[in-house]
Amino acid sequence: MSWLIAGTVPEENFPLVHGPVEIQDQTLKVEGLDVPVARGTPALAAFTAMTARQMGLPPPQVMLAGDTGDGQGSRVLYAHLVEIMGQLEVEGFTFHYLLPDIYWHNQVLWAIQEKLPSAMLVADAGFMYVAKMSGFAADYDLFTPDIGEMCFLADETAPHPFYTRGFLLEDESRVEEYISRAYTEQNAARHLLVKGEKDYIVRDNLILGSVSEPSVAAMEAIGGTGDSLTGIVTARLMAGEDIPTACLRSALANRYLGVLGRPTPAFSIGDLLPCLAGAMQEAG
Amino acid sequence: MKFLKNIFGKAEDKPRGVSEKGILVFHHTSEVIEAEALLREAGLDVRVMGPPPEIQTGCDMVIEFPIMHQLQALDILEEKRIKPIQVTAVQDHLLEPVSLFNVKDFGDYLMVRAANMKITVDKKSLEIVNVSGGGCPDVPFLAGQLVGRRLHEAPEPRKYGRTLCGYSLQLAYEEMKRRCPG
Repeated sequence: MSWLIAGTVPEENFPLVHGPVEIQDQTLKVEGLDVPVARGTPALAAFTAMTARQMGLPPPQVMLAGDTGDGQGSRVLYAHLVEIMGQLEVEGFTFHYLLPDIYWHNQVLWAIQEKLPSAMLVADAGFMYVAKMSGFAADYDLFTPDIGEMCFLADETAPHPFYTRGFLLEDESRVEEYISRAYTEQNAARHLLVKGEKDYIVRDNLILGSVSEPSVAAMEAIGGTGDSLTGIVTARLMAGEDIPTACLRSALANRYLGVLGRPTPAFSIGDLLPCLAGAMQEAG
Repeated sequence: MKFLKNIFGKAEDKPRGVSEKGILVFHHTSEVIEAEALLREAGLDVRVMGPPPEIQTGCDMVIEFPIMHQLQALDILEEKRIKPIQVTAVQDHLLEPVSLFNVKDFGDYLMVRAANMKITVDKKSLEIVNVSGGGCPDVPFLAGQLVGRRLHEAPEPRKYGRTLCGYSLQLAYEEMKRRCPG
């Protein structure tokens, strides 16, 4: 399946680019520009591209804009995406580090629903926040929250994880309660991949499976380990795997990155990229 | 789809989801007026409004602002020494920020998490070795500014942060400094 990954690059002057992505020597290449794979959307796209290559698939397309937090790049990307939606030939989207903006979220979602109604929708990071804030979470196929973000989805009043109410502590032993609460309030996608000490794969409030081994503690501290997981899932969905299977295998592969890379908390996610092929093999 | 939207237009008009607005509360009306001008000048979409009934403190005007830009707004005001007495999210009732920290000791490294943001430091050298979590676009930028620098020499996240994720990272950073005084 052809796929578009939409997100930002942490450089103010990085232009809006759209095209297929390549990965060479831990650098992402798109439209003649080099993007270092440190964390964020470049890391997600790098892991998708590498996984796709391992699976014999063509690379994903990316749409990237420079944004260091003021939201200007995000808004440029949103507007462009809405404008060209009718020309896109993609069957799925993964939305990532974008400034949450309910107006533009809704424009993008409605444009997809009008022009590409059967497209699969995956959201993580800022776009997952705004998908929940907008009240349209249930229109998505997959969210990939960590435990803090799961509490945010469970809190029907919170506009951001920063404002999640205190009674929803980030207690991993209560994940099932948070999942149930998020579905009750229609603040979850049809599927969830909850990332934590134990990863949960959920469909419509039903926990289909979990993965807790192998476990490498240092992975929690490394920026981008959530991005790598969402990146691997994206490629597996491109391969046509069903969502629960893609989530299960990706969660396993992401854990094997830690086993094979033997990281300390000082590693970067780019350091683990060369371990991906082995991790996929271990995960099956 | 447009046809359906026209038919069910009223359903679309019905409020859904949560508000993306926050409220700044001040002691004095003069502060409200000055703050509004400063924030508007900086390009933020702000409005002066009457306070909701839940707010029991401050003067009889508040500023509504886009809450994602809380850190940027507070930074602008701090430069002019204007300090709101309360900052909250606009919902059916007032929401307080996350105030609990989660700390994990990896032996040679210490990690502090505030809300959705984590910062990890090498305990011997006090070098910031990782920043993780979050979802707003300033997070990867902040990570680039902080990682590889010593905790007490690195720029504070609020210097470059613009969003609530940046604010969460500032809290985690302050807690890390408290635990590792250097």
